[in-house]
Amino acid sequence: MERMLRLFAWGASVLVPAVLLTLLAFLLWRGVPGWSLALFFGDTPPLDAVLRGAPVFDGLWPACLGTVALVLLATAIAVPLGIASGVYQAEFASPRQRAALSFCVDLLAGIPSILMGLFGFALILLLRKTVAPAANTGLLLSAGCLALLVLPYLISTTRLALESVPHELRLAGACLGLSHGQVVGRILLPAALHGIFGGVILAVGRAAEDTAVILLTGVVANAGAPSSLFGKYEALPFHIYYLAAEYQTPAQLAQAFAAALVLLCITGGLFAVARLLRAHLETRWKTGRSQ
Amino acid sequence: MTPAGGAVPTRDGALPRSLLFAAAAVSALAVVAVFAFLLWFSLPVFRGDALASLLSWRWQPLRGQFGILPMLLGSFCLASSALLLAFPLALGVCCFAHGAGPVRAARPLLAAVRFMTSVPTVVYGLVSVFLLVPLIRDAFYGSGFSWLAAALTLSVLVLPTIVLLVDAQFRQVQAEIGPSAAALGFSPVQQLLRLTLPLSRRGLAAALALGFGRAVGDTLIPLMLAGNAARVPHSLLDPLRTLTSHIALVVATDSQDLAYASLFASGLILFVVTAFVHLLLRRWRGQAA
Repeated sequence: MERMLRLFAWGASVLVPAVLLTLLAFLLWRGVPGWSLALFFGDTPPLDAVLRGAPVFDGLWPACLGTVALVLLATAIAVPLGIASGVYQAEFASPRQRAALSFCVDLLAGIPSILMGLFGFALILLLRKTVAPAANTGLLLSAGCLALLVLPYLISTTRLALESVPHELRLAGACLGLSHGQVVGRILLPAALHGIFGGVILAVGRAAEDTAVILLTGVVANAGAPSSLFGKYEALPFHIYYLAAEYQTPAQLAQAFAAALVLLCITGGLFAVARLLRAHLETRWKTGRSQ
Repeated sequence: MTPAGGAVPTRDGALPRSLLFAAAAVSALAVVAVFAFLLWFSLPVFRGDALASLLSWRWQPLRGQFGILPMLLGSFCLASSALLLAFPLALGVCCFAHGAGPVRAARPLLAAVRFMTSVPTVVYGLVSVFLLVPLIRDAFYGSGFSWLAAALTLSVLVLPTIVLLVDAQFRQVQAEIGPSAAALGFSPVQQLLRLTLPLSRRGLAAALALGFGRAVGDTLIPLMLAGNAARVPHSLLDPLRTLTSHIALVVATDSQDLAYASLFASGLILFVVTAFVHLLLRRWRGQAA
């Protein structure tokens, strides 16, 4: 029995990293040869595209711009909302409010991302039937739905960061005659900033990689650079999905792999930064305490 | 010093409480709004014979048949088969990290698993389409886009979620019983087998439930790999369609009223299933506390 467990554990622990390595190796093998300026800009001179907004036809540039716009908009909506909700939940809510809020946030965190997209889609259907017959899916709608998707991460990391600030700091604030609101605003929030920032970065990574939400709310294959808040746009994850299904030339396929590598670097990098910040948070209050 | 963005502090540095409350209320209402929209838009389904049409085994929109039962079954089959693979593997990895393997290998292994959580779903999908699908096509028959391909990939996707949860659970149990077990002369593997695993039963169940929620809710893997035929699969090599990919496909192609209604009904089912999973988890957590 013990031997079997040991054998099984070894088997699983060899298999899982092997799968991960296979995946990475395959991605590098197919993706790296495609890395070049042409991958991003096609036939357009890069400087023209970046500085003067010259249209790029068969490069990743419009998709990159779309993803950046999408992520910026989504975080602009979700970050203030999420941090404020987290602060309220951790510091001001009555026990009943706290229970209700944590229930809703848990539920929201569990909702499959495609349902956020479906929600956005339904919103447009409703708008069309009522006030705005011309309403259509687009960048802002996607950003709003993505904001819903990442909101739970922000709320719970904010709450956690505030709760991990040592009690002594609160006492010190109270001793100085600060009101509870001042203690939160002047002492606790600055002290918890690292942890909160880690949550923001995780949210950015999640918003950058999600495909299901934008699939239903306005992403298209060939929109060019995003031009308006309500217009269609391109995005990296959708670009990869689209090319995987509809590629016509080997060059397009190579582009899909190269784009996947770009996306993996982005999400992996963001993830590493978030981990570092979290490690910092965990060690920060442990030093210099008399325990 | 200024506090983080969002709530603007007043002059004395206090945060305006009403603003924070408003934000919290909006966040809480978001989930209610999603549910309300799904319910409202699937209402047409509950009138008359539409429900009978919906709860049938045929999806042929051109002939006016809008049954979503094959997709319901597809979601269930795919999620449970992926879990059947991922859960034992995750358990193996956690056992390895907590006593069955060398101590020094535990950290890199868990770091690798954590890195897996940051890999975008679409990247797993892409690699599987061009690596796994041809393998299946050559080894067996058919196009390769099948239940099997989707289940294998999905199990890789949900594995890290389960590993991290089980790892946290093991950690907690071992912090409590570790010293006593060692004092009683248990070897690490014995401790794992006789104490940690039995004591973690509830945590394991929670990890399983959460993994199921994740697996049922994923869209891209079944959409890219499962072949999407709206039929009941008879073998692992048959294509299938899940509720999630059904939603994505119908939004992209159909525009008839009843097709849309079936879309929202699928969404409602998904919502209820994931909400149920979370209620279950909360209950378990409440009992544990």
